[in-house]
Amino acid sequence: MVDEEEIPLWEVFIRPRNGLAHRHCGSLHATDSKMALQAARDVYTRRGEGLSVWVIPSVQISASDPQDREEMFDPSDDKVYRHPNFYNIPDDVGHM
Amino acid sequence: MYSQGLIGAGSENKETPEFLAAFQARIDADEKIEPNDQMPAAYRKTLIRQIGQHAHSEIVGMLPEGNWITRAPTLRRKAALLAKVQDEGGHGLYLYSAAETLGVSRKEMTEELISGRAKYSSIFNYPTQTWADIGAIGWLVDGAAIMNQVPLCRCSYGPYARAMIRVCKEESFHQRQGYEIILTLAEGSEAQKDMAQDALNRWWWPSLMMFGPPDGESPNSDQSTLWKIKRFTNDELRQKFVDATVPQALRLGLSLPDEALKWNETQERYDYGEIDWDEFWNVVKGHGPLNKERVAARKKAWDEGAWVRDAAMAHAKKVSQLNITPIAAE
Repeated sequence: MVDEEEIPLWEVFIRPRNGLAHRHCGSLHATDSKMALQAARDVYTRRGEGLSVWVIPSVQISASDPQDREEMFDPSDDKVYRHPNFYNIPDDVGHM
Repeated sequence: MYSQGLIGAGSENKETPEFLAAFQARIDADEKIEPNDQMPAAYRKTLIRQIGQHAHSEIVGMLPEGNWITRAPTLRRKAALLAKVQDEGGHGLYLYSAAETLGVSRKEMTEELISGRAKYSSIFNYPTQTWADIGAIGWLVDGAAIMNQVPLCRCSYGPYARAMIRVCKEESFHQRQGYEIILTLAEGSEAQKDMAQDALNRWWWPSLMMFGPPDGESPNSDQSTLWKIKRFTNDELRQKFVDATVPQALRLGLSLPDEALKWNETQERYDYGEIDWDEFWNVVKGHGPLNKERVAARKKAWDEGAWVRDAAMAHAKKVSQLNITPIAAE
């Protein structure tokens, strides 16, 4: 098996029920999308966990690097004016 | 996940004291560690070993039970056993997928298993001689596995913890189906009751050994506890298992094969006899009743499936060259 090619890795996303978004639940190996969908059904939805499955080859996902977390996400921390409680509204205006 | 290029397995973290202290601080603050995060090489290595062994155990664990699928006494039992064995296969796959997030490939793990280098739970090297053994495995072996796995749901490594949550949800049916089998036999004819007792006699001690060597002789325990991979010691979990299981055995009207077993009023727990650690190490080192057969069965399945994998790969390549687009998501 040393020279056998590794069967590609796929990421699996499942929508538990309509109204909810698909959510990442794990990965599996499959040679094509049809096999990946069938395997995802067998591996991740044996107890009614889903109504819809997405599969995508793992190599197709571009991900941010956790080491870049600060430059990626810190800038949002200092923009307090994006939050509703930054603004002063008198109490007698009521709920807004 | 995920994007394999980011997995830091190949890159060397400079493991300065500051780096290690910062990592430990994240663990102490109960932060989860996720796949692409920086982590000490030893943390990664420990997890790869533990999750890999766990996955192998699930896969090899299909063999002793699979042995009885065609001989299950009723259709109800057969359907349940099939579903249970399928679950074990699924658990193996969740776990392999969690291990792969650490940079080890499925191919490497498979290779380790079928070459006999990988370890897996030694309980699966014992034979399933009668139908009652299927009951004993579900009740005791899955029961012990649940004791081990519930604390792992809070393990510091995110993908392992998430896999464990799925596994634990599914295991509870396994234990109940096993207990129901034993209960039915225990309430049956004299011969059936004897069969249940015989299975309990053979599986009890190996089940206690599933928690691993006693505290103090467990080489990886301290560091794993510090890293919150492990939440309880081997002996603590073993004691919990004994305390939970003895009353279940008594309810069956069966006796446990341990003359030293008795309720300790002051400690509010069951004291139990000496475990035969020579037997444990003997099986771990490959000399159990079925070590060779188990690995050989996995190798046979892998080798005989080679043409299917080859054909599927060839088909996928051919289709992609023809430029046939798969069904788009939504």
